[in-house]
Amino acid sequence: MDRLHLTQHISRQFNSEIEDVRRQVLAMGGIVEEQIAAAVRVLVAREAGALGEIREREQRINAAELAIDEQCAFILARRQPAASDLRLVLSVMKMLADLERIGDEAKRIARLGEHLLNEESGADVTAALAELGHVARDMLRGALDAFARLDEQLALDVMHRDRRLDGSFRSVSATLVARMQQVPEQIPVELDRLWCARSFERIGDRCKNLCEFVLYLVRGKDVRHSGLAKGDAPRG
Amino acid sequence: MSNSVTPAIDGGASVSREQAAGAAPALRTRALSLWYGARRALDAVDLDVPARRITALIGPSGCGKSSLLRCLNRLTDEIEGTRVEGEVRLGEADVYAPDAFVHELRRRVGIVFQRPNPFPLSIHDNVAYGLRLLGIRSRRELDERVEAALKAAALWDEVASRLDDGALGLSLGQQQRLVIARAIAVEPEVLMLDEPASALDPAATLRFEELLHELAGRYTLLLVTHNMQQAARVSDFTAFMHAGRLIEFGDTDALFTNPRERQTEDFITGRYG
Repeated sequence: MDRLHLTQHISRQFNSEIEDVRRQVLAMGGIVEEQIAAAVRVLVAREAGALGEIREREQRINAAELAIDEQCAFILARRQPAASDLRLVLSVMKMLADLERIGDEAKRIARLGEHLLNEESGADVTAALAELGHVARDMLRGALDAFARLDEQLALDVMHRDRRLDGSFRSVSATLVARMQQVPEQIPVELDRLWCARSFERIGDRCKNLCEFVLYLVRGKDVRHSGLAKGDAPRG
Repeated sequence: MSNSVTPAIDGGASVSREQAAGAAPALRTRALSLWYGARRALDAVDLDVPARRITALIGPSGCGKSSLLRCLNRLTDEIEGTRVEGEVRLGEADVYAPDAFVHELRRRVGIVFQRPNPFPLSIHDNVAYGLRLLGIRSRRELDERVEAALKAAALWDEVASRLDDGALGLSLGQQQRLVIARAIAVEPEVLMLDEPASALDPAATLRFEELLHELAGRYTLLLVTHNMQQAARVSDFTAFMHAGRLIEFGDTDALFTNPRERQTEDFITGRYG
């Protein structure tokens, strides 16, 4: 669990600060994951009246982002971390932004889902959106697990899953465009669905970012914009 | 020769160890070992000190940092019962060659210690001391070189009007800069600093670090420090030593963000114990 020996400092106070930041990031990630699940329930299971709870959850996510960011600033100011400690703080500060934006995307999906509550048409499209939501949520869970366990291979697996999500998004988009062409009166409905699909796809992108920061943390090498190395294949 | 190397602090690509080594190091040790009686203080150290850069030596107390400095200009000769093996080269010159001229070596490789140690002389005469030993007698030349050294050590503006005052009346920070002026007056190639800022207050420390940056373009600086943040702030390269061995040497940015060796990581992150 502690491959980088993050909690083996001579200073026990520093250990507990580091551990606290990791725990808070995972807790915030858990709330964001619930937000995706809630959005999927509105969109797929037609759950009504969920927006109040979603707004409340968004506030908790925002508050967590601010609190963790502040904690990281304190660690930088007081501890002047180096090496893996420094990489942890830098990674966390960047991951926070992605987590918060994932929460925003989920809220957007829930809002659009509210528009679609009484929409009878397109059960097959709804099923495809449900699948996008399932993959996106799974990617977030994977990214958080990879962070918790500092598991490079898991991070790579999640990054590769993003390609699958992109493919599914393209296929859903094509279906929706075809439906718009066939039944122009349905364009507002199909556009709402397209925006939902787009948001799931963006969640996938942000989960990939999270995994890139996990790789930076573990390897000390920034893999953004550089493509993965040959050895970085997914399992199986 | 060293013009072809991009300084690590200029925001350009940082200099790799190989590039730095390729640019003719100012000092080079090979399999350098030192014994104090039966106790081995250095164990086969291979270090290339890049020319006109700041190299920090870090490591826990007793790891051999200060011993390494003392080998480089043969201050160890003055300590009874020491034995040195291996090679030290200053440029092409073999520092331990039987016909090496130790005084000339120490002019080329100066050292500044933790506590400023000005002589109980005037400010002027402290700086002129080494120059007089070199046989310079002309008052004009002495004055010019004292002024140049005090300016290079960022002390001139504070003492120009009182060069004949006693050096011991200066503040600690000023005394340390005076000692630097004394060391660079004789135009060394390498300036070694053993915990030079540890007796200074925070403002004097920052001022001193600024001076190191200014000196780095002209001299090769080798800095021993217990203060990891100081090493990270001022040096271009960092060498981590442990139990007399050189564990890791590298570009300071790389060493402080992603060290290659676990021992280095444990030390710079406070896990060493």
